[in-house]
Amino acid sequence: MSDHPGNHGDDEHGPVPFMQQLLDNPFLLLFLGVLIPMLLYNLWGVIDILTVPVTK
Amino acid sequence: MSTATTYRTCPRSGLQFEKNAESLMKANAFIGVVWLLIGGILAIGVVLTRWPAVHWLPADKFYMVLTAHGIDMLIFWIIFFEVAVLYFASSTLLRCRLATPRVAWLAFALMLVGSVLNNVTVFRGASSVMMTSYVPMMAEPNFYLGLILFAVGALIACFVFFGTLVVAKREKTYDGSVPLVTFGAITAAIIAVFTISSGAIILIPTWLKSVGIVHEVDALVYRTVWWAFGHSSQQINVAAHISVWYLVAAVAFGAKPMSERVSRMAFLLYILFLQLASAHHLLADPGLSTPWKVVNTSYFMYFAVLASMIHGLTIPGAMEVAQRRKGYTKGLFEWLRKAPWSNPTFSGVFIAIIGFGFLGGISGVMMGTEQLNMIIHNTIYVPGHFHATVVIGTTLTFMALTYYLIPVLFKREMVLPGLAKWQPYLFGFSMYFFCLVMMGAGTLGVERRHWDMAFGGSPLAYEWPGAAYLMMGLVGIAGVAAIGGGAIYILVTVGSLLFGRRLEDGEVSARFVPLPRAAPTVIAQSYGSAGFAAPGTFALARVFLISFVLYYFINWKYLSTLWGLS
Repeated sequence: MSDHPGNHGDDEHGPVPFMQQLLDNPFLLLFLGVLIPMLLYNLWGVIDILTVPVTK
Repeated sequence: MSTATTYRTCPRSGLQFEKNAESLMKANAFIGVVWLLIGGILAIGVVLTRWPAVHWLPADKFYMVLTAHGIDMLIFWIIFFEVAVLYFASSTLLRCRLATPRVAWLAFALMLVGSVLNNVTVFRGASSVMMTSYVPMMAEPNFYLGLILFAVGALIACFVFFGTLVVAKREKTYDGSVPLVTFGAITAAIIAVFTISSGAIILIPTWLKSVGIVHEVDALVYRTVWWAFGHSSQQINVAAHISVWYLVAAVAFGAKPMSERVSRMAFLLYILFLQLASAHHLLADPGLSTPWKVVNTSYFMYFAVLASMIHGLTIPGAMEVAQRRKGYTKGLFEWLRKAPWSNPTFSGVFIAIIGFGFLGGISGVMMGTEQLNMIIHNTIYVPGHFHATVVIGTTLTFMALTYYLIPVLFKREMVLPGLAKWQPYLFGFSMYFFCLVMMGAGTLGVERRHWDMAFGGSPLAYEWPGAAYLMMGLVGIAGVAAIGGGAIYILVTVGSLLFGRRLEDGEVSARFVPLPRAAPTVIAQSYGSAGFAAPGTFALARVFLISFVLYYFINWKYLSTLWGLS
């Protein structure tokens, strides 16, 4: 097994991979982390309930 | 750069505490422990009433005590402590000043006032509506107002945390990505923002209904949105305590993550999917469609389960790798036998990891399966599950962290170290047993929350098998033992703060010392993992998976026997 990645003198000037850009942006993560459950859980759930047919 | 603050370098840990952040961490952690004490005292009433042979409190007192116990433990104790963790993971680990300390104190004040207002209202006796407070059963207005004030304060604290990340980035106190523990705290804060927003969406109209401004809150809409608050608040805990596990692995062993990339991806899965597990509370509810139930629980929830299994593999794996480097290489488990078992910070975390995974994790996945959920829905199995996740997982982890923080943050020598050494074992193992017998009783159908499981003296009285009474009796015995373990924690913690020998502050400077690169760089993010350099952990993981499969099979088999279809 090699040493901890942070300890070796690696190249810091390579292109930043997309996933690392995402993981390094807490506000983008915040946006996604609130939006996805708000849509999939809260909004979809409430729409399900509000569209239950009313008995006549 | 602001210089109107100072930075203390702890001589025992090397950690650097900014003055404002340090005071806020102490205040939040201390008030959290006070709520744990109150919740623990209330637990005596709950346990001794559900113990059938004792059946201590009258019904009205029982429901009042249970309401306060649930809120104090699941919300106030844990979120106060988590705010301290957020400030630690941002200001201390990134070695920067805390953003807007006055606003952070405002957040603390709102949380304190809100929590006290809520509890005072509950103890008036007219708000025994349980933590869930389902409408149309109404509490007094201040019950909701207290929760709303607390939630607003916690939300502000989350944004102070995010502001501190911006400060650290702008003032270049670190290089590269944030440390993994901070990334875990970001995950917890993101889940907290969703959780608290959902709470506000449903509790504000409910409060308005309680004061007569709004006339109706739909019961099912309330349940749906409330669980986005009620269950996700426990997901904040999961992200927070897993961050602490990574921290303790580093503190106790000098362990480094087996693969930063994999661990961060696991946290990303939490950010995107963990909150959706709230839906398992509604699997028996009408009105919500099957696609909604299936997508939220049986598909996306499994991404979060995958993430938990990744953390469950990589954290003990990192400990094993660190131990093997020290020469503990004999067989599969010498690294584990030679671990610092007398250090309560380590033993507490390890007992939490095993209990959280085997008891809380497996039972949670079982409950999240729509068909299997029908076996145990609304039974005492459910508190059995969440005591495994929240008490064994989160509370025991926070207790273990406290033992580390007493000399480091509070600058006190721990009193009664011999007692502290045994505390995680007493508390952890009695909670293991408590959860197991609760789940056993729940599998037999014993109701959760109910004052009298037999409905004695009513036309609906039910004769349970003797095993159900036996297990509820064991719930009482294990619960009393766990409360004893919790009392030792309070004794050691509060005793250390009051009577512990004061330790050296360490050097105080007006400038921060920048953080050396701790997180992987661009290229290192695609660096390989430690592979199977942790064979003992891999063996434990196989035991876990076999247990998982067997338990899953047993429950399907049990389900198949409930209706005689063939």
